[in-house]
Amino acid sequence: MNVLPYLVAAWLLIIGLWGIITSRNLVHLVVCVSVVQSSTYLLLLAIGYRSHATAPVFADIPLGRSVVDPVVQALCLTDVVVGATVTALLLAFVLQVHKRTGSLDPEQLARMDD
Amino acid sequence: MTTRVRQLVFFLGALGLAALVVSAFVRLPHFGSGFSIDGAQLGALSVPQRHITDVVTAINFDYRGVDTMGEEFIFFAAVAAVGLVLRPQPDEVVRAEVDAASGRWVPPTSDAVRVLGLALVGPTILFGLYIVAHGHLTPGGGFQGGVVLATGVLLVYLAGEYEHLHGLYPEQAIKVGESVGAAGYVAIGLVGLIWGTAFLDNIGPLGTIGRLNSAGLVPLIDVAVGVEVAAGFVLLLTAFLRQAIVLRVREGEQ
Repeated sequence: MNVLPYLVAAWLLIIGLWGIITSRNLVHLVVCVSVVQSSTYLLLLAIGYRSHATAPVFADIPLGRSVVDPVVQALCLTDVVVGATVTALLLAFVLQVHKRTGSLDPEQLARMDD
Repeated sequence: MTTRVRQLVFFLGALGLAALVVSAFVRLPHFGSGFSIDGAQLGALSVPQRHITDVVTAINFDYRGVDTMGEEFIFFAAVAAVGLVLRPQPDEVVRAEVDAASGRWVPPTSDAVRVLGLALVGPTILFGLYIVAHGHLTPGGGFQGGVVLATGVLLVYLAGEYEHLHGLYPEQAIKVGESVGAAGYVAIGLVGLIWGTAFLDNIGPLGTIGRLNSAGLVPLIDVAVGVEVAAGFVLLLTAFLRQAIVLRVREGEQ
C-alpha cells in the first residue's frame, strides 16, 4: 500500500503521454496534457503526506499538532490555477486551428503542411 | 513521420523515462512519512512569527511571495495571450447572438436551471469574497476565491442569455481590474522597499492571531490576487463565449 500513490502518479504520467502520442483530436490532446499535469499534483501531495496528520491550518487545532507538509501543498495550489489558464490558452489555439483548417486531427493537419 | 514511427520513437523515449522515474521513485520517502525540513520549520514558524494560521497561505504569499508573484504573472500572460489568439479575425463579423453552433439545434434553457442559477449567483459571489478575505486564517486565498467569484459570473450566463451577461459588467473595467490586481501585488511588494527592508517583506501590523485584520500585508496581497484571478477568468469566459456565440465567418468566405 505504501507505494500505491507513487504508482498512480507514474500511471497518470504514462497514460497521459500515451494519449498525447496517439491522439486523433486536438481537444483530446489538450486533456491529455492536463492528465500528465495532474500526475505532478498527486506526486507532490504524496511526498508531503504524513500518516495520522491533519491539514496545515492552525485555525482550530493546537500548535504542536502533527500536520502534512505545507510546502508541497503551496506548490500544488499555484500549479492548479496556472494549469487551468494554460489549458485555456491551448484550447484557444485549437479553436483557431479548427477555424483556419476545419480539422482537429493532427495527422490530417500534418498532411496539410506538405 | 508515420504513426508507427512516432510510436516507436515514443517507446524508446519512454524506456529512458521509465528508467529515470524508477531511479527517482526508489529514493522518495515512504508514503506517510514524508515531511521536509522546510515544511516542518515553516509549519512551526508561521503562526508565532507571522500570525498566519493557514501555513499554505503563509508560504505562498509571505515566505515565497516573490515566486508566487512570478506565477501570478504567468497567469496574467496566459490570459493576455488567450485574448490575443481569440481576437476577431479580419474575415469574421460580429453577428446577432445565436447561442448555438451553426447548423445545430439547441434546446432552450430549462426553468429549473434558470431559477437555481439565479438563486446561486448571490451566495456564490459572497462565498468567493469570504474565501478571498479569510485566506490567511482558513484554507483559501486570492487564487481560490478569485475562481469562485468568476464562477458567479458564469452562473449568470447559464441562468440567462448572453446579452444579460454582456450588460452585467463593463468589459473595459474588468480589463483594468485585472491589470490593477497584478500591479497591486508589485505595489504591495514595493512598500517593503520604501520602508527600508526588503521587497515583499511583511512589514504590516501583525494583529491578533485568528482575527480578520491580522497577518500584516498578506490579506492585501490576497485581495490583489483575488481581483486579478477573478477578472482574468471572467475575461477567459468572455473570450470563449464570444467565439461560440457572436463571431461568425463572413458570408461567402467559408
